Amino acid sequence: MNLELTDEQSFLRDAARDALSRVKTVAAARDALEDPAARPDLWPTAREAGWAGLLVSEAGGGAGLSAFDAMLVMTEAGRVLAGVELLGHLPASALLDAAGDERVGAVAEGELRACFVPARPPGDLDERWTAEPPSGSVRVAAPVLSEDGRLSGKVAWVPDAPGADVYVVVATGADGAPVAVAVEAVDATAEDATRYDATRSLGHVSFDGAACSVLERIGAEDLRRAWFLAQALLAAESLGAVETALASSVSYAKERFTFGRAIGSYQAVKHSLVEVLRLRENTYALMLYAGWAYEDKPGEFALAASAARSSGGHALDYASRAMISVHGGIGATWEHDAPLFFRRAQLSRRLLGGLGDATDRVAGELLSTA
Amino acid sequence: MDLNDTPEQVRYRAKVRAWLDEHSDEAPAEQGDEEAAQIAARRAWQGRLAAAGLAGVTWPVELGGQGLGPIEHVIVGQEIIRAGVPNILDVIGVGMLGPTIIAHGSDEQKGRYLGPMLHGDEVWCQLFSEPAAGSDLAAVQARAVPQDDGSWRLSGQKVWTTNAHFAAHGLLLARTDADVPKHKGLTMFIVPMDAEGVTIRGLRQISGEAEFNEVFFDDVRLGAEAVVGGVGNGWGTALTTLMFERLTIGLGSESLGYKAERYAAAIATDEHARLDPEVRRRLGELSVELLAVKFTGYRVLSALAQGQIPGPEAGLAKVTTVRSAIDAGDLIADVLGPDALDQDSEWAYMISFLPGLKSAGGTEEILRNTIGERVLGLPPEPRLDKGIPFSELRAKERAGVSAR
Repeated sequence: MNLELTDEQSFLRDAARDALSRVKTVAAARDALEDPAARPDLWPTAREAGWAGLLVSEAGGGAGLSAFDAMLVMTEAGRVLAGVELLGHLPASALLDAAGDERVGAVAEGELRACFVPARPPGDLDERWTAEPPSGSVRVAAPVLSEDGRLSGKVAWVPDAPGADVYVVVATGADGAPVAVAVEAVDATAEDATRYDATRSLGHVSFDGAACSVLERIGAEDLRRAWFLAQALLAAESLGAVETALASSVSYAKERFTFGRAIGSYQAVKHSLVEVLRLRENTYALMLYAGWAYEDKPGEFALAASAARSSGGHALDYASRAMISVHGGIGATWEHDAPLFFRRAQLSRRLLGGLGDATDRVAGELLSTA
Repeated sequence: MDLNDTPEQVRYRAKVRAWLDEHSDEAPAEQGDEEAAQIAARRAWQGRLAAAGLAGVTWPVELGGQGLGPIEHVIVGQEIIRAGVPNILDVIGVGMLGPTIIAHGSDEQKGRYLGPMLHGDEVWCQLFSEPAAGSDLAAVQARAVPQDDGSWRLSGQKVWTTNAHFAAHGLLLARTDADVPKHKGLTMFIVPMDAEGVTIRGLRQISGEAEFNEVFFDDVRLGAEAVVGGVGNGWGTALTTLMFERLTIGLGSESLGYKAERYAAAIATDEHARLDPEVRRRLGELSVELLAVKFTGYRVLSALAQGQIPGPEAGLAKVTTVRSAIDAGDLIADVLGPDALDQDSEWAYMISFLPGLKSAGGTEEILRNTIGERVLGLPPEPRLDKGIPFSELRAKERAGVSAR
């Protein structure tokens, strides 16, 4: 057993941190709230760094790295609130690779940006494959593939959908069985739904009898895996944001004095920051679990990734609120970074089924194997 | 990153499993009706495990151990759980006090005490905490006064002492100089529990069971050879024990049975509860934390195997474990109703035991202070006891209260 990062993993992480440091992403996250054009295009950075092909096999033209490696890059993106379109691209690229799709080389190279249009797999209480609704709590049916090979349906709040070149969609066939299809951008409509967190690109994607190609080799288990991969990537991204929020809060708690003492010497403040650390440690441990399960314990991946998502989402929720509180009134002002992390937390917890669904999935997986 | 056994570890695990498969039907039950007979059986079983190399796995070979690493230690623990047999009886001795003697004891002490400890012939207890010295352990008041002939006279009281009522020896932290600041005037001693002047009294807890004891020392005579680690070095010696305590807890959490799968199984039998969103949310949340603790344990183990000593942040795992297990007890009793609190229930003992565990090994609040200061580098709590001779502290404390 060795849970330390390998030299290659440390290099990947450091290179990601370095590449993302060249753009003032946090400041851009604020500016883009008022001017969407201020959102930097980081896809060229991703291509140059080779992230587009992280999860594509070497035979497919990618780097053939592990899910855990991809999580390390996501953590670096989350650390600086960088809007790199990997949450949509990476699960899609892994499916295209597994399917042996002809586009996989261009996808691995980043010439084509892919986007995963997810559906929530059945759980112990719900046998359907469901998609996010535009509003409300009732999930909708995943897009349907007709017998003549046309795709129809709508999926809301799809990460990284605007501007994608190819959509990899989880649909159901006429028999209700899940099927993966690829749809070119010209055959779909992606309405930009980015809001509240300007660095989180979102779209409502519609298909109206769209032409598509079925990814024949992809089965239900692959589609489950893709959903939970997205959960794990989101967890890893949250972890990075938690680490920045914690570092900023700790630093301020040492500098700010009240009643003659640094505020970090008060237990109320100290214990709250240690709680952030506790949640951070938990999330990282679960990220290790998810990475290991993806490779070696596929039967536990749903549990591991859902636990990581639940932990990471809760950690970011708590950390971003603590960041505001520790900074006092200034932490709630537009000029401060804390609101940007709060916005990230608020939006993230409601994506991809939501935080509550991930927590419920943990319970469901444990109850159904008990 | 690799969580799987290496080929050597696969072979070691197979060897351990083979021994346990062959001998597990000779093992005693975990709990028995009659305590004295039960303890005798558990001590004998510890002897069997030690003879087979399944106790003191990380102890040096020349002191009777196997000279292996923490991962092999954990493999043995996992295989013992798998075989459904009890582990060694004297976890405190072999896991914490023995390593302290190995680190700080004299050659005579190592030669005299370690063998019988490892084989269960002599059980040990840890005599650190006192009624007025728990999280602030350096406040111990038990006094050992040096005599002209080099011997010592010991008086005072210890509390929360596990296994004292059948222990042969205890490792005791006493104040030997009250005129220096409190961390400096401490010394560690080996105390025979059958010495004249030692009184042991069971301490019943919420559950009704008496797992701990109070131990009173009334002018107990100790020889010069009872000192471990040098006079005045008691605090440094105690820190070694506390480090091994953290490791024992950190590496042994699975054996405590605080596992998400076990709690889920209790809920799963109730057809209504398993569909209830509120029950599922509570189960999900506590399970996330317990799964995190499990993999945090692997992180600690991995760090140890690379030769690193885990930092104080490992203490967060204890906080998480206890809180989640409390939440689990609450949830299970909410689902099962008052039956869960019945003496015979699988859960009553756990529910009664956990509130006290919150304070064991340092309260949650003190752990958060320590971690905040030593890991996050936050400024320390204001302290009123720094640099002050211990003998003046009490007067100062009283003055502080009356000044309010």
